[in-house]
Amino acid sequence: MAMTDAHSTGIGSWLTTVDHKRIAIMYFVVGFAFLLIAGVEGQLIRLQLAAPERSFLDPDLYNQLFTMHGTTMVFFAGMPLVVAFFNFVVPLQIGARDVAFPRLNAFSFWVFLFGGLFLYASVPLRVMPDGGWFAYMPLTNAEYSPGPGIDFYVLSLLISGVGSIAGGLNFLVTILNMRAPGMTFMRMPLFTWMALIVSALILLAFPPFTVGLIFMLFDRRFGTHFFDAAAGADPVLWQHLFWVFGHPEVYILILPAFGIVSDVIPTFSRKILFGYPVVVFSGVLIAFLGFGVWVHHMFSVGLGPVVNAVFGGATMLIAIPTGIKIFNWIATMWGGRLRFRTAMLFAVGLVATFTIGGLSGVMHSSPPADLQQTDTYFVVAHFHYVLIGGTVFGLFCGFYYWFPKATGRMLHEGLGKAHFWLSFIALNVTFFPMHFSGLLGMPRRTYTYAEGLGLDVFNLISTAGAFIFTLSFVPLVWNLWRAWRRGEAAGHNPWDASTLEWTMASPPPHYNFAEIPAVDRRDPLWHPYIEPESRREGDEPGGVVPRQQPEEPPEPVVMPNPSYWPLVLAVGMLLMTIGGLGSLGLTLFGLLVTAVGLFAWAFEPPFGGGVH
Amino acid sequence: MSRHSAESHPSTRLYIAVAVILAALTALEVMVFYIEALAPVLIPILLVMMAAKFALVAMFFMHLKSDGPVLTAIFAWGVFIATAIVVGLMAIFGKFGA
Amino acid sequence: MEGPTSTGIPNRKLAMWSFIGSECMLFGTLIATYMIYRGRNLVPPYPHDLLNIPFITVTTFVLLMSSLMMVLALAAVQRNDLRATKLWLGMTALFGLIFLGGQYYEFNHFVHEGLPLSRNLFSSTFFVLTGTHGAHVAGGVIWLSTLLVRAVQGKLDARHAETVEIAGLYWHFVDVVWIILFTLIYLLV
Ligand code: HEM
Ligand SMILES: [Cu+2]
Repeated sequence: MAMTDAHSTGIGSWLTTVDHKRIAIMYFVVGFAFLLIAGVEGQLIRLQLAAPERSFLDPDLYNQLFTMHGTTMVFFAGMPLVVAFFNFVVPLQIGARDVAFPRLNAFSFWVFLFGGLFLYASVPLRVMPDGGWFAYMPLTNAEYSPGPGIDFYVLSLLISGVGSIAGGLNFLVTILNMRAPGMTFMRMPLFTWMALIVSALILLAFPPFTVGLIFMLFDRRFGTHFFDAAAGADPVLWQHLFWVFGHPEVYILILPAFGIVSDVIPTFSRKILFGYPVVVFSGVLIAFLGFGVWVHHMFSVGLGPVVNAVFGGATMLIAIPTGIKIFNWIATMWGGRLRFRTAMLFAVGLVATFTIGGLSGVMHSSPPADLQQTDTYFVVAHFHYVLIGGTVFGLFCGFYYWFPKATGRMLHEGLGKAHFWLSFIALNVTFFPMHFSGLLGMPRRTYTYAEGLGLDVFNLISTAGAFIFTLSFVPLVWNLWRAWRRGEAAGHNPWDASTLEWTMASPPPHYNFAEIPAVDRRDPLWHPYIEPESRREGDEPGGVVPRQQPEEPPEPVVMPNPSYWPLVLAVGMLLMTIGGLGSLGLTLFGLLVTAVGLFAWAFEPPFGGGVH
Repeated sequence: MSRHSAESHPSTRLYIAVAVILAALTALEVMVFYIEALAPVLIPILLVMMAAKFALVAMFFMHLKSDGPVLTAIFAWGVFIATAIVVGLMAIFGKFGA
Repeated sequence: MEGPTSTGIPNRKLAMWSFIGSECMLFGTLIATYMIYRGRNLVPPYPHDLLNIPFITVTTFVLLMSSLMMVLALAAVQRNDLRATKLWLGMTALFGLIFLGGQYYEFNHFVHEGLPLSRNLFSSTFFVLTGTHGAHVAGGVIWLSTLLVRAVQGKLDARHAETVEIAGLYWHFVDVVWIILFTLIYLLV
């Protein structure tokens, strides 16, 4: 295969890139596009529900839209946006020149992209999946969901799951193994810590889901009986497999946001993070307990008082480490010199809104209470508070924080603040009323509601809020356009932050670090410059990390070669996936392409091309 | 690395010893299976022997014994969570009586 | 080409172990499903009608011994004994193939005895669980054969010991899974 120069910017260089910064950009762009698409779907749902008994969407289309909305948001917007930040930030924060397996990284991106495109191929074909993002059996078996819609769901999540597991593997090894000299675990920035934990979560949480999807595929296509009650099986097993994955999955989505704000709040408070070890260990604890609470999504199944009580208790327990972090952030801000730049606003917004979502979560951790709330809009309110007020705000926080580093341009503060306030207001206007409509008994996933149930006003307000959401993207897009046209130059460290990613030029050179720094403390760039009152005991002024990387590497740097094979491998898997819709020939051909890609990959030298 | 012949290489002898134990345990498992008198305690006996074989392969053939705590921790974490899920699901589905 | 790592463990080895940790969950879920549905089968044939303990003991033994061959191959390549490397790699792959042959025979036999994949709950859980394991063995055989070809071409020596070690880790893990399946499926029938 022809080698493409690492510095070229043609389309070929993007198809073959293994540079973590470019892969991050691709993840971000595609993830953002899916966020917009799924946002439109949500907006359509809200239009249908604006008033009782509307017929804007027919019930069938409504089912397809909420399924696509949830599936897209979780798997094709939330996850890739999280991974975009892993990609861009983690190597820079740990002082590495790339991830451990650059080609595997490219492969992860391509299969994610193909998974998303495959799912959306169901739209022009008018056979979108309609079983909800959790696709409960037996509704989704071949008898009750005969069309190919559910197959699109199953196959797209199978292929993108492979990419997620590969990504988890990659970042686990990168963080464990590629840290700069002196960067011990307890000196790692919080975002890197959370990326480490999330990588482990991905590795352990995705396989049960993969297995469940394979069972579903086999039941649908090959007549097996994994979820067939008539054969002695129990369809509830699907729910177990889904939520054994599903609950860790929500932590996969929230912990990176926690990591981001744990880096941002200290920066804009001019204080080191309060209780760093506690924040770290509560993250570890959440990851551990996260595997023991899945039944809280199934309280209404009727698994019996013992099971429900055990899992209810565990759920209440997991709220403790989650709540602790809130206090750490507040204590960090306490007495700090606060600067409310846009990133900080989103961080503080997260602390506020995530707490509301956490509280409603604790409310339905009690099985008897949950029986009133489950499958109502109350739960919808809960998870949108944690997912938008937590994950999305955290991601926007990170976006405003690291955008200058990634592009070398500053974003406009006024537009950023407009974006924050609009989305903050939109979130609360849209989802706060759902607590009430939910408690009044309005069921989820139902295309309309009757008049005179007291639901009309709440729904109208929610729909109005959704419009504000749509509006909130205007200042964001305007800001991006403005930065592209005439954004001010960012410099090395525009926020005067404390971690390694702020030592090199913005955007970082291809090799990140001209010289790999040696680290001797947490927050290395804040010594000796940070205010004396926040210095810890035993700290001496004058860290060893240079505040700015040299312009040119003093010694030649060997970077990984670009490669076509990750793309070839991913195309092979896409062909297998498409074949899964019913063409054995195509599946076998895809297997062949995959095998060819795999062997070519294995025998291609990963290093040794361009020397800088 | 030493220049001994394969037979006298210390690790080789260890490997063969482990393999002999593994084979013996497998034979024992099958024997136990056929002995009527042991039927009431069959399950615990078999599980213990299974765990012993598992540990032998992991410790010696996969070198966890000499490779240090990081890899052991990663593997143990996976085994632990997986076992917990298996046991938890079996319990929920009433596989342990009551 | 890579420099020293923070943990001192080579990247690829750490990755293989992490992958194995993830695979524990994959097989754990499959095993959980098998165990949950044990005894719930409503339609014949039932497990005890078909499972052939003496036969599977033999193939189990073969797979177990392939793990010995694998460590011998690793020891050989580490001391740069290329003849022994080729021998033991070849033996490992061969034993793997014998195991797969046994599985093919077993599956075929079951189907002829009236247990196609879609027959009942037993067929569903049994074939998907052991089939997933078999697919892993097949992948391992291909991997080991590739290494064998490299060795025959003279392109595999002590410098590639790490590559052999990693393939070995995978192979042993697949063997470990079978140790569990043998007990849970066949002996606790
Ligand atoms: C304070 C910690 C939390 C607790 C105690 C908690 C508790 C719960 C409970 C009990 C349910 C089930 C409600 C029902 O269906 O009846 C639930 C649903 C949900 N939670 Fe949480 N939760 C917490 C945090 C989070 C976080 C951080 C996220 C994601 C970022 C999240 C996302 C979700 C989602 C998506 C659902 C609904 C899934 C569905 O049915 O489609 N939760 N939560
Ligand atoms: Cu949950």
